[in-house]
Amino acid sequence: MYSRVYKAIVSAPPLLWVGLFLLLPYALMFAHSFWTVRDGVLVHQWNLRNYQTLLSNPVYVGVLFRTMRIAASVTLFSLLLGYPLAYYLSFHAGPRKELLYQLVIVPLWVSYLVRGYAWKTILGSDGVLNGFLQYLHITHEPVGYLLYSPFSVVLMLTHIYTPFVFLPIYAALEHIPRPLVEASQDLGAKPRSTFFRVILPLSMPGLLAGATFAFVLSLGDFLAPLLVGGPSGTMIANIVQSLFGAAYDWPLGASISVCILIITVSLLFLTERLEKRWSFK
Amino acid sequence: MSASASSSPQAAPSAGVSLLEVRGVAKRFGARDVLKSISLDIAAGEFLTLLGESGSGKTTLLRLIAGFEQPTAGEIRMGGERLDTLPPYKRRVNTVFQHYALFPHLNVRDNVAYGLRVKGTPKNEIGGRVEEALRMVKMSEYADAQPSKLSGGQQQRVALARALVNRPQLLLLDEPLSALDANLRKQMQSELKALQREVGITFLFVTHDQEEAMALSDRIALLRDGALEQVASPREIYACPATAYTAQFIGQTNLLRGEVRGGVATCGALRWPISGSDGVALFSLRPEAISLAADEAAPPDAVRFRGVIRQQIYGGSSELLEVDCGNNQLLRVRIPACGPLLGEHEFVFSAADAIRVRE
Amino acid sequence: MSAGNPTRRAPFLTVYAVIVFAFVYLPIVVLVAYSFNRDGVGGFPPRHLTFDWYRQLFADAPIWNAVLNSLIVAAGSVALALTLGLLAALALDRADFPGKALFRRLVLLPLILPGIITGLSLLMFAVFAGMQLSLLTVFLGHGTALISVATTELFAGLQKMDRKQEEASLDLGATPWQTFWRVTLPNLRLSLIAAGLLIFTLSMDEIAVTFFLIGRDNTLPLEIWGRLRRGITPEINAVSTLIFAVSVGLITIWYRLHTRAERAAA
Repeated sequence: MYSRVYKAIVSAPPLLWVGLFLLLPYALMFAHSFWTVRDGVLVHQWNLRNYQTLLSNPVYVGVLFRTMRIAASVTLFSLLLGYPLAYYLSFHAGPRKELLYQLVIVPLWVSYLVRGYAWKTILGSDGVLNGFLQYLHITHEPVGYLLYSPFSVVLMLTHIYTPFVFLPIYAALEHIPRPLVEASQDLGAKPRSTFFRVILPLSMPGLLAGATFAFVLSLGDFLAPLLVGGPSGTMIANIVQSLFGAAYDWPLGASISVCILIITVSLLFLTERLEKRWSFK
Repeated sequence: MSASASSSPQAAPSAGVSLLEVRGVAKRFGARDVLKSISLDIAAGEFLTLLGESGSGKTTLLRLIAGFEQPTAGEIRMGGERLDTLPPYKRRVNTVFQHYALFPHLNVRDNVAYGLRVKGTPKNEIGGRVEEALRMVKMSEYADAQPSKLSGGQQQRVALARALVNRPQLLLLDEPLSALDANLRKQMQSELKALQREVGITFLFVTHDQEEAMALSDRIALLRDGALEQVASPREIYACPATAYTAQFIGQTNLLRGEVRGGVATCGALRWPISGSDGVALFSLRPEAISLAADEAAPPDAVRFRGVIRQQIYGGSSELLEVDCGNNQLLRVRIPACGPLLGEHEFVFSAADAIRVRE
Repeated sequence: MSAGNPTRRAPFLTVYAVIVFAFVYLPIVVLVAYSFNRDGVGGFPPRHLTFDWYRQLFADAPIWNAVLNSLIVAAGSVALALTLGLLAALALDRADFPGKALFRRLVLLPLILPGIITGLSLLMFAVFAGMQLSLLTVFLGHGTALISVATTELFAGLQKMDRKQEEASLDLGATPWQTFWRVTLPNLRLSLIAAGLLIFTLSMDEIAVTFFLIGRDNTLPLEIWGRLRRGITPEINAVSTLIFAVSVGLITIWYRLHTRAERAAA
């Protein structure tokens, strides 16, 4: 029904744009990761030195593992908060469902920076939480370890990604035909059984999508550590950021970025496969 | 106006002991009375059909029995014990859902085994019972298939097996054949009937299709606006409809409005002797109860009338005539196929076939 | 017939949901509350109600300069992302070309990729192309990254659209060009507005990509970021509160339109 000209007109501009401003930059990043800096100048000489440095320097590997641990914790906690919330809304909220749903998605789009900043003011040693604890005479001196630790990074990122995780899970739960739940009860399954045998498996695609999202975005986050992380909360993207800044070693930074990119894309690929396995018509 | 089922003679099962007793059950959704004090007994081994238009409350009654809804008033007992206070998973009742509700993430075998597994049936017993159930519905060879790969009829069989494998005391079927095409539907009807005889489980079947109800049921409970209109065997409900609604809903009929005075019923051009109280009256006269006068020897209580054929609709084995018997009184007449007919003819029916019905 | 199974009471779950809601809203409540606290951020409870921080904020020229910069970038990004996103959605919906699957993934990648990757690769591109970092590079970054949002939203709109409408238009003698303007675009109206609002909000808030592409002129989030390093004052709470209010307003409109578009299609 659509002529060749029509198809060409709609396809060409986005293809060109995406090629020029997405594909080419990603390719450049890839290329940089095989180049070197000598005496403060970028040398376009192909080599694997950056990747060798990455693998041999325990600092990078250590931070990468810490980052994965933080991302995994964020994913786990976001799921622990987001899944029950989604389940509650979908199955138990009754007529309040629509309102509560809107209440969840509002913070979803509220500035990342604003929310991070709020945690900084809550957790700081002269912050709201310490003030609150002293007000109640639970503590008498400011508690220092609340801020500038992996804990505060996990807390802030969990706060940010819980609504993101909620969303696909809720959508998946809403798509479960209710007669399936009734059929399970009808066949003698207690609520617990019904949840683990019917509801959980059928909401798996949503769970996977939410988990991937939280993990991947936490993995590449560099702002939370800067805001609330401190030295012990440094993540891999902070190293990239400093390599592109003060340390001026773009090729090394690019190679770490490529690693993040590869981890991300393979995770996306994996969950896409898994989601397909778990999705049924 | 509606027959209070428990007080009318047909409401109690014709034979056997009551398995399920529904006593004064009502259900209200918001401001809407979906069911208004329903009382109904179902005998063990019976095939009872809840028949009614959409919105008549038949599915709601089924869901109350299955436990998916709670009654606003009244109680339901099974085998003498309260059923309506139990959650669905504790009721020895299973349901075949309208769109089958097969678990999409389980294959056919696991779907059928589901009920046994969640109730902790010993593993070595499950396999055999599942095989048996699948064999019963002729689906053994599809045991490993995913439900989405099956046709509607096949899904239907799996849904049946999944329910029957639990050996429920009562099987609820919620318009199970409505999604099938006409031919398959007829075939499934006869299989369903045979299956019910084989397993001896009580079936409570919901449909809006009166032909289906007639073909399958031991008794039909006709629902109208949340109340029982009539409960009777198919033959009885067809031959002796209690109300005009029943007469029209089940089969085709001519509704004759008139009056009874001094032992004579008068409806337009038609008059016949009748015993019964005087006053305005409504009669149901089935089209096939009327025949051409020339055709056969007239019965002793024959009522004769002349009429002009306005329309003739050929229906294969029979003809449906629209006959004008004067003063715009139109009667539908069904006679064996006989070729084109024209003009005025004499018709006859037996006065006993004109059933006096309530409004 | 009625909706689902009977909702049995789940007191534990209800309490849990309340706690999650509290967790999600706690920082926002604190943020807003302390923007009215005379004694600054921190301490408990906030004691002296004041509007001083707002007064100070309204007199703060650099902040308003940054707001203006953000508005310019966001407006440009909406225009760019909507145009290319619409074309991309049309291409994905109706054209076949080699590499279509790759194209789809590539367009959507910035949606799921950490901002640092997109930001850095565009930085390298800008340096490679000899571009000065400025609001223009920020706009390029936002516009390009947010094509993903526009494409997702508009593709969904196209999928729900009844193609017979376009066939009817062609059948009645309209050219493809006329059909596009008179049938296709009006049909996508709600999706376009919804996507535009979303892109606008996201661009106004964006920080990860902007971080690497910013020149001398700051956007609002980066202006705030810069001040955070110098220490926190309730003025930042005040500006954050305003950002929050505007975001909520825009998101509410977006949500309304989004559901209306969904309902219209259903």
